[in-house]
Amino acid sequence: MMSEVRSALLVGVGGQGAILTAKVLVNGLMQAGYDVKMSEVHGMSQRGGSVSTQVRWGEKVYSPLIGKGAADIIVAFEKMEAVRYADYLKPDGIAVINDYAMMSSSIAAGLAEYPEGTIEAMQAHFDCRILNAEAIAKEVGSTRCMNIVLFGSLVGALGLEEIDWETVIAETVPAKFREMNLAAYRAGRAAVV
Amino acid sequence: MTKILLSGNEAIARGAYEAGVRVASAYPGTPSTEIFENLPQYHEVLYSEWAPNEKVATEVAYGASIAGVRSLCAMKHVGLNVAADPLFTAAYNGVSGGFVVVSADDPSMHSSQNEQDNRHYAKAAKIAMLEPSDSQECLDYTKAAYEISERFDMPVLLRITTRVAHSKSLVLFGEREERPVEPYKRNVRKNVCTPANAYQNHPKVEKNLKELEAWACESPLNRMEIKGSRLGVISASIAYQYAKEVFPEDTSFLKLGITNPLPMDLIRRFAEKVDQLMVIEELDPFMEEQIRAAGIPCSGKEQTGLLYEMNPQILKEKIFGEKPQTADLGVSAVSRPPVLCPGCPHRGFFYTMSRHKDFVIAGDIGCYTLGASAPLNALDSVLCMGGGFTAAMGMAKAFAMTGRTDKKVFGVLGDSTFFHSGMTGAAEIAYNKGNVIPVVLDNHITGMTGHQENPGSGYTLQGEIAASLKIEDILKAYGFEHVIIVDPQDLAAMENAVQEALSSEVPAAIIARRPCLLIKRIRHEIGLCRVDAEKCIGCKKCLSVGCPAIMVKDKKARIDENQCVGCTVCAQVCPMGAIRKEDE
Repeated sequence: MMSEVRSALLVGVGGQGAILTAKVLVNGLMQAGYDVKMSEVHGMSQRGGSVSTQVRWGEKVYSPLIGKGAADIIVAFEKMEAVRYADYLKPDGIAVINDYAMMSSSIAAGLAEYPEGTIEAMQAHFDCRILNAEAIAKEVGSTRCMNIVLFGSLVGALGLEEIDWETVIAETVPAKFREMNLAAYRAGRAAVV
Repeated sequence: MTKILLSGNEAIARGAYEAGVRVASAYPGTPSTEIFENLPQYHEVLYSEWAPNEKVATEVAYGASIAGVRSLCAMKHVGLNVAADPLFTAAYNGVSGGFVVVSADDPSMHSSQNEQDNRHYAKAAKIAMLEPSDSQECLDYTKAAYEISERFDMPVLLRITTRVAHSKSLVLFGEREERPVEPYKRNVRKNVCTPANAYQNHPKVEKNLKELEAWACESPLNRMEIKGSRLGVISASIAYQYAKEVFPEDTSFLKLGITNPLPMDLIRRFAEKVDQLMVIEELDPFMEEQIRAAGIPCSGKEQTGLLYEMNPQILKEKIFGEKPQTADLGVSAVSRPPVLCPGCPHRGFFYTMSRHKDFVIAGDIGCYTLGASAPLNALDSVLCMGGGFTAAMGMAKAFAMTGRTDKKVFGVLGDSTFFHSGMTGAAEIAYNKGNVIPVVLDNHITGMTGHQENPGSGYTLQGEIAASLKIEDILKAYGFEHVIIVDPQDLAAMENAVQEALSSEVPAAIIARRPCLLIKRIRHEIGLCRVDAEKCIGCKKCLSVGCPAIMVKDKKARIDENQCVGCTVCAQVCPMGAIRKEDE
């Protein structure tokens, strides 16, 4: 087991399912015997706001929080959120980015414009894995498993091979969605290789 | 036994169960809410409830202590302002059963109106304070807090922060301790706070604090981790975890679990072991100032500052000057502020209010604080829970005294806030003849904190059917002879209600009533609105309702089918009739 602490930052918009994704990650890491800490946001910021979930693991983890320039991987469920949290990524960190845009209230109200070139800007500075998780999720059954598609990409990018993720997913998601989520996981993983 | 991943809040609930707590009362408030959401699972041995406010919760829990059982109350930091009155005198009276008050502070104000550091309350009230730094400590310290409370005859403040409350880490459970039930005995000397009794109780409080401090110097809740003599760090709560990660291997630590009273002899012994002493703490220099005042040189705040939440990187930068390597992307993200949900019943009310430039609107704490955001911009002030009616009263009196009679003043708050502390404000308006229209936005739930029951919702925390208090009956009893009940989603009716209240000859109040769409037990009628692109002229009038489901693209309004619930507020404002609910 590695002694170094690793950090993943899952970012998106309230309601996109980042917390469930983090839960699958944490369950696998715990089964593998890692010390794990996780931090999430509750309350006001959940109402359509930008949300982040942080997961840290290693032999011994102190801080549940990731500082700037400290995340090994960022999984952005929405592409503008990748830009918002880019400062938290290590210079040699990986960004998994869902090529998917959600308007903010200020954009919808015509007070601001959705930024152009978010993915290109990330690609210019970081090792990026871009996928259209919504389209992949639709293909395997439903947009509701978009978060597990992104989880597959996270595993593909980080290479946490020693953990039997399919079993972990099967144990974490409701039984009737098991097959769909496993397919979503495999497709997400294949999308970033 | 295997370890389980728990949030600090879940671990405190478990700790209360294991400590043999019998009675628990709280008012919801981020980041403390999940403590009580995790108590009903123990309902067979532990009674838990949502009280109307934090003062009530503290009094209920303290009453249980007088009756000889262990009790718990919990609140967010500003809740302790409301509960300060019973807490300070409970400190003088002391406890019978162990009595623990959880204060969940919110550095960086993730979901709060200020960043107050509630450690000062423990010192001011002269009570013990414990500060856990992870979920295991949340469980263990909760149990230890009851031992300390009973041993030193005082309430104990268990002070956590957002990161302790909401971070998850691994926890090992213990067994519940069943406490013997003592026969109840009246004890007037102890429990009746007459001046004469209080006079005798104060020296007892000072003596108990002294004894506690001596005990804390030997308690395993405070521990030295001696690694070297060059640098020593004193820390507590989540700041300890950040410091452990950032300071070099040869740094010695004094990790404090009991932070009031500070174990000064232990701190002095630690200081003697190291050449340089630093205190690492979030927000105020609570420990640092006391340690310096005791004549022990140390530093900390001049580097770490007084503001906001820490994290390891901030410490690295402020203490060691290590800046993070970040890239300039040349693209920046547009802010994504929280907004009223699609279909939120508050939208119709705030839209109506936003149409009147002569309205002055004092708001309150809840989802409806979002009525202040663009494009609604329909609030003049928000202060604190229950402050909507009363700040409106003061503004109305000021306008009246200075001849600015063109202003029409409204006080606005939600149903849960009405029961919390809005009722006294309604009494104030009725009694002192306020030229104010009180408005209750009644969505049948405590919304912003994640949908907790309240005295008007018809259910208790433990899921039992309860009396549903009628806001209109209460307002009428106060003297508001004309109470107008309106569905805020019907914009014409909402506007009529406002005009009717303003022109009323007798004291009038408005209840804008429609349940929150996120209440799970109610079957909501969910529909979908569509834009007829032929009719849409791209005037953007529909954007003025501030709904996240609607936008204008290529000069035509568009509705996001995934978000729209068919509330029709946008359709009601469309001058072209271009938006229609499906099947209408």
